[in-house]
Amino acid sequence: MSEFLQQIINGLSLGSIYALIALGYTMVYGIIQLINFAHGDIYMVGAFTGYFAILAGLPFPLVLLLAMVCPAILGMFIERVAYRPLRYSPRITALITAIGISLFLENLGILVLSPDPRPFPQVFTNPPFQLGQVTVSIPQVLTFGVALALMVGLTFFIRYTKTGKAMRALAQDLEAAQLMGVNVDSIISVTFMIGSALAGAAGVMVGILIPRIEPLMGIMPGLKAFVAAVVGGIGSIPGAMLGGMLMGLVETLTTGFISSTWRDAIAFGLLIVILLFKPSGILGKNVREKV
Amino acid sequence: MLEIKEMRVAYGAIKALKGISFSVNAGEIVTLIGANGAGKSTTLKTISGLLRPQSGSIIFEGREISTAPSYEIVSLGISQVPEGRRIFPRQSVLENLELGAYQRKDYKGIKEDIQQVFSYFPRLAERQNQLAGTLSGGEQQMLAIGRGLMSRPKLMLLDEPSMGLAPLLVQDIFRIIKEINANGATILLVEQNANMALSIAKKAYVLETGKIVLSGSAEELSRNEQVRKAYLGG
Ligand SMILES: Nc1ncnc2c1ncn2[C@@H]1O[C@H](COP(=O)(O)OP(=O)(O)OP(=O)(O)O)[C@@H](O)[C@H]1O
Ligand SMILES: [Mg+2]
Repeated sequence: MSEFLQQIINGLSLGSIYALIALGYTMVYGIIQLINFAHGDIYMVGAFTGYFAILAGLPFPLVLLLAMVCPAILGMFIERVAYRPLRYSPRITALITAIGISLFLENLGILVLSPDPRPFPQVFTNPPFQLGQVTVSIPQVLTFGVALALMVGLTFFIRYTKTGKAMRALAQDLEAAQLMGVNVDSIISVTFMIGSALAGAAGVMVGILIPRIEPLMGIMPGLKAFVAAVVGGIGSIPGAMLGGMLMGLVETLTTGFISSTWRDAIAFGLLIVILLFKPSGILGKNVREKV
Repeated sequence: MLEIKEMRVAYGAIKALKGISFSVNAGEIVTLIGANGAGKSTTLKTISGLLRPQSGSIIFEGREISTAPSYEIVSLGISQVPEGRRIFPRQSVLENLELGAYQRKDYKGIKEDIQQVFSYFPRLAERQNQLAGTLSGGEQQMLAIGRGLMSRPKLMLLDEPSMGLAPLLVQDIFRIIKEINANGATILLVEQNANMALSIAKKAYVLETGKIVLSGSAEELSRNEQVRKAYLGG
């Protein structure tokens, strides 16, 4: 029982990382139906921004802020130069471009930062504490806390602000949103900004949680977060949060109770089963509402 | 107020508008009638900046707008109630109306205008917190018109507002269009229901496969033999 609870705690902190990355996939997909394959690499950029910010001796809140701002700017820049010119091209063109950007960022990372993994400097050296029979580390609490705060903030933003309402309108009907006077380019920019900032935050948190970073670190989590977004229902924000958490939990529970070599196979397998029963994802819309 | 000159629009190789010219004066209701595929919606979409003309000009209040982005066209005072309503189904009635006022910052004025929309369409008031996608077809059309009013347009483009509505509701909608016009908005009305459209319009144009084939006062056209045959059922 305590082993089970322990894996739940581990799963929630890992799931927080996936959820933060999955949000960017789902938001961008919801608005321009693009699977932004470079998103996992944005997360890597966040991790390295955090790495250098910590080495520069900045306090943690500032580290987190920088690790969100730099990826946000990069994300907006990529949209502006690579995706926007292809907005009205066939979808496959943008998809291939996204893969290209992803490979570019990864190889640039290898070139500039060297392919060798680096230890992520530890900011929180306090010993883990006991919660009953379960051990909880400060990075775990922090990862979950930061992710929760960001997700609550995002939910409020999407639900109550004018820009958030315009984003939802745009996701439902791009042309109608334009007729309302919504500037589509700037809303798409904001979407990339927010999604990339969340991925950047995930990058720092993962550095603190699993202190080893390298230029290719975005590939696997990016893929898993993408699957998480699909399982949650691509385009759905609560779906991405749920899918991410689920992915983290399945992964740690398989590691804990079955085997760590089978971890990814079982995690993906289970998610495929979910999709077999609910092809549009857990919280996905069955049909796209179009009049 | 609005003057269109030799406007040509194509979708790839398909020429949808082959050089049309017409004008709308301030305060008027002008109607554009024509069969399916004549190019009516294409005309309105181009005015709103969703499509770009290949050539020709669109002048609104003395300004060339054929290359302006859609959000600028809204801010100049043109709103469109698109064909098929196109409300935001997963947002509430109230949010849909607020989106109509997207560019405005006078929150008090927005509140007043929402009340104004509710006075035109009391059924929307009762359903203001309901998701728009759960409204009936007629209610969705009311919402689409109400949403189009929320930017306080000088010129309102209406694309087949009577489509799919019961005759009684059609009468209601047309009565309200007249009221909106009496309250100061100029109206460009696209319709297949030529009877109703000609009965409230001042001027009319007939569009056929991308060309304007007839124009004149609505009264003249409703007596025209050709129009009666083709659009008024004899
Ligand atoms: N997105 C598009 N791609 C290609 N062709 C299009 C597109 N939209 C419209 N067309 C073509 O342009 C022509 C004019 O279409 P439009 O929608 O303007 O007609 P309409 O007069 O509004 O018809 P309806 O009364 O059926 O709404 C038609 O031949 C149509 O097939
Ligand atoms: Mg049409």
